[in-house]
Amino acid sequence: MQLRKWLVEPEFRIERDPEKCIQCGVCVRQCANDVHEYDEEEEVVYSDSTNCVSCHRCATLCPTDAISIRPFPLEFRPNAVWTASTLRNLYKQADIGGVLLTGMGNDQDQPMYWDRMLLNASQVTNPSIDPLREPMELLTYIGRKPDSVQFERIAGQPRMTTQLEPQLQLQVPVMFAAMSYGSISYNASVALAQAAQQVGTFANTGEGGLHKDLREYADHMIVQVASGRFGVDSDYLNTGAAVEIKIGQGAKPGIGGHLPGEKVDAAISATRMIPEGTDALSPAPHHDIYSIEDLRQLIYAIKEAVCYSKPILVKIAAVHNVSAIASGCVRAGADVLVIDGYRGGTGAAPTMVRNNVGIPIEFALAAVDSRLREEGIRHQASLIASGGIRCSADVAKAIALGADAVNIGTAALVAMGCHLCQKCYTGKCNWGIATQDPYLTKRLNPNIATRRLVSLLESWALEIKELMGGMGINAVESLRGNREHLRGLGLTNRELQILGIKAAGE
Amino acid sequence: MKRHPYLIIGNSVAAIAGVEGIRQVDDDTPITILAREPHHTYSRPLISYWLSGQVDDGDMFYRPEDFYEQNRVDVILSQEVISVDPQNQTVQTADGHRIAFDKLLIAAGGQPIVPPDIPGSDADGVFTFTTWDDARNIRDFVTQQGVQQAVVVGGGLIGLKSLEALVELGLQTTVVELADRILSATFDQTAAELAQTMLEEAGVTVLCNNTVAEIATEDRQVKEAILHTGQHISCQLVVFAIGVRPNIQMVADTSIAVDWGILVDDHMQTSVADVYAAGDVAQAPALLSDERRCIPILPNAYRQGCVAGQNMAGADQLYRGGLVMNAVDICGLPTISVGMTTPDNEDCEVLTALDEEAPSYKKIVLCDEKVVGAIFVGDIDRAGIFTGLIKQEIDVASCKELLLTEDFGVISLPTEYRKHLVSGMGIEV
Amino acid sequence: MKRIKINEQHCIGCRLCEIHCLVQHSKSKKIIKAFREERESIVPGIHVEESGYVSFALQCRHCEDAPCIEACMTGAMYRDPETEAVICDQDRCVGCWMCVMVCPVAAIRRGPEDQVASKCDLCMEAEIPVCVVNCPNEALVYEDDAVR
Repeated sequence: MQLRKWLVEPEFRIERDPEKCIQCGVCVRQCANDVHEYDEEEEVVYSDSTNCVSCHRCATLCPTDAISIRPFPLEFRPNAVWTASTLRNLYKQADIGGVLLTGMGNDQDQPMYWDRMLLNASQVTNPSIDPLREPMELLTYIGRKPDSVQFERIAGQPRMTTQLEPQLQLQVPVMFAAMSYGSISYNASVALAQAAQQVGTFANTGEGGLHKDLREYADHMIVQVASGRFGVDSDYLNTGAAVEIKIGQGAKPGIGGHLPGEKVDAAISATRMIPEGTDALSPAPHHDIYSIEDLRQLIYAIKEAVCYSKPILVKIAAVHNVSAIASGCVRAGADVLVIDGYRGGTGAAPTMVRNNVGIPIEFALAAVDSRLREEGIRHQASLIASGGIRCSADVAKAIALGADAVNIGTAALVAMGCHLCQKCYTGKCNWGIATQDPYLTKRLNPNIATRRLVSLLESWALEIKELMGGMGINAVESLRGNREHLRGLGLTNRELQILGIKAAGE
Repeated sequence: MKRHPYLIIGNSVAAIAGVEGIRQVDDDTPITILAREPHHTYSRPLISYWLSGQVDDGDMFYRPEDFYEQNRVDVILSQEVISVDPQNQTVQTADGHRIAFDKLLIAAGGQPIVPPDIPGSDADGVFTFTTWDDARNIRDFVTQQGVQQAVVVGGGLIGLKSLEALVELGLQTTVVELADRILSATFDQTAAELAQTMLEEAGVTVLCNNTVAEIATEDRQVKEAILHTGQHISCQLVVFAIGVRPNIQMVADTSIAVDWGILVDDHMQTSVADVYAAGDVAQAPALLSDERRCIPILPNAYRQGCVAGQNMAGADQLYRGGLVMNAVDICGLPTISVGMTTPDNEDCEVLTALDEEAPSYKKIVLCDEKVVGAIFVGDIDRAGIFTGLIKQEIDVASCKELLLTEDFGVISLPTEYRKHLVSGMGIEV
Repeated sequence: MKRIKINEQHCIGCRLCEIHCLVQHSKSKKIIKAFREERESIVPGIHVEESGYVSFALQCRHCEDAPCIEACMTGAMYRDPETEAVICDQDRCVGCWMCVMVCPVAAIRRGPEDQVASKCDLCMEAEIPVCVVNCPNEALVYEDDAVR
């Protein structure tokens, strides 16, 4: 809904360089928000910045680079308390009422702890390794590890007699976070699945079910069971490489989901197994889970359904007493624990929840890893860190803090073209990612998106190898939980203690 | 006697297509062309452009200068064939040569009709308009005699193109058409009126439902055309453009079957094996018709010649049948007509859109949900799509409402056909 | 031969192909100058067709049995022996529109100034046609067609 002009200025201003604009109309055709308009009488393109979300689609496709988009230059009167975004929210709510909605992850200026941790490198002793000359192992197995391993010797050769629990094999310790078909387009889903298959990692269906045409990638897909149970049947559980029970999401812990009915077209309706055009409402809790024991029942119900052939993941949001919850989940039978930090993305969340609920993944991860080690059950579940992983260094730091692997959502979307306009919930994604409008979904050629995702993961793999080589480590196994390789910068003693790392210089 | 493996009578489109057809199958065997005219192969339809000065001598040629050489063609110019002896596989030329062949392609074209019963039709200043020499003779005559006024008899395609050239030369012109409208064979009343308006704006007097009864002369020179209605039109030049008759005299009284033209089958072969015919001389299978027809238009001539050539060289190529169609620019007004444009069949459905200001006129004739004919005047850009629909007999029920719309295009077509087209593979000609 | 394959499911209707086609066939080959000075006088050889959310950019298919070559009365329409592309020699075209009449995809247009036929030449002067290079979504792909 458009706000009344007298209360709030546009957020952005489109500047069109008249020397460069050739009135070709590409911007007009690309904007789903109808910001640009070609005036046939005057043969000029006009832009009305009011609805601009600064997604950069027009500027990116403009063949003459005639368009720039800036924050609207009329600034609110400086006020450290009543900031521009606070005022905007107040105006907006006073005008149209209701809960403020937003998309993508928390964008507030809160400390980035990844940036306050620094990695080590070898000098002289324990020499560094050149990954281009020597083998470097990123292969990671996700799943429950045995308490101990037994061997017997047959004809002089050792043979392991311990029966291993099912594992997922990752060529790179990075998976794609759960993003449902519905919250993202079919083409985006295809790209994630294809890229996971090509790289040798996993994509995650989220709560959207598994589209029948994505079944060919099912051996590289984790299928999710969430509170709405959309698209879940025995076939679904058995088709995926693993099953994830979603308890919570970093962007909106304690909050359910809502896919509006207008997005539930024939294909989504079939995939989610709900009537066409009906709202897909995911309750805040699972209505059959009120305790760790209840969770255990669901975990084992699913293990039974898949004949113990696949690892079961449990995904929780990073909240205040995350380590105790994590311990309970592992004891309930989770083979993999996914912890989603408060910077994790979303297709739609109440702004207040996104910006104010949960804790950073860095602390959650360190706390959970420490707790599970203390309790002697760390080997019973793999740990996946998620929510705000931006680059390969974040991955390396997460692994050093104790993660087996990480999930990336936002970074993957950005690789596909997302420009973080945070308007996923409007369904008007100009990049064809967070939309079901066929006019917009076409814009994401899944083959290009796949190529870009593969490229991203391959470059991260190279960089992780470089970082590991610098530390004198040749297998990611040796980095895991190796907090000696991290030092804190500008952190308080308490923060260092929780993170379990020394300060820089120590 | 030397035998010619491939002998071609004629040197225009069908003959050249014959050469190109043969060469698609057979790279080396020599080809011989017998040409009545003295010129390297040139474009007949260009003569009106040449007469008006829009095209000069050098641009009249239909194929590059080295065409014969490149294709190993032995071309014998100014050699008119007067008879064909299919039993002995020879042809007889006007100057007495007998030439033997293994395979023969008759692409001898047609002869313009001049009604002999019109007094004065043999006077100086009476011309036909089908060959370069005709155009040259007209130009010379106009220059030498200082011609001011001309009458064109026949408001068909050739008539209009000659008119256009004569107007360009600065002559005051009148066209006399027997039917109730110009281009009556392909245009309906509306299209003809639009075309007539363009002609009239260019200064042409258009007289329909009329014809020339007599050409009044003085010292063998044309002075006046006297019409059936008694009207006298002062003129010094008369062009007869009332039709073309296939050149079938050379096969008269032979075993080669003829009707209006030389009858050929769907392989362009005549009733005699190894003797083929193509172009204006041939009466071939036709689309939208159960009977074989003479359709003397250039695209058909090419296709027929090409098919004949390929089959002469041993291929098994089918001629899918010709279609009446014409593109003609009338004093700057582009027009296209294809297929059955004035249906007599009551079951046909006719869609039209007229904008007299533009001017623009579209007419689509449908039969059993298939397009069978179309007229475009002014806005012709999408006409080809309709030609395709007619040839491929596509059911257009799904896009009927869109046929006349402004943005009708390939995208409006039934999906299967559209994908076939867009692939570019096997587009059938 | 190398042809432009159209992937209509990826066409986003931005018309950058038309824009770059026009630039490539302008005198200056500079986008801003071409649009300022020659926009009216150049008919791009590629046209985006749209209907609802379906769209595709269509240019001459360079048909194997090209009806336009057969219908051309002057010999202006020919197949380039090297690239096998169907080319219109605009110096020899007289604008009779026989090619327009027979092109089943309506890829031949009148212009410039309605005098002669204008069509895709597969960008003879460029290694890859500019419409393909500039398509942001790979809806146009230049590839060898194996069928031939």
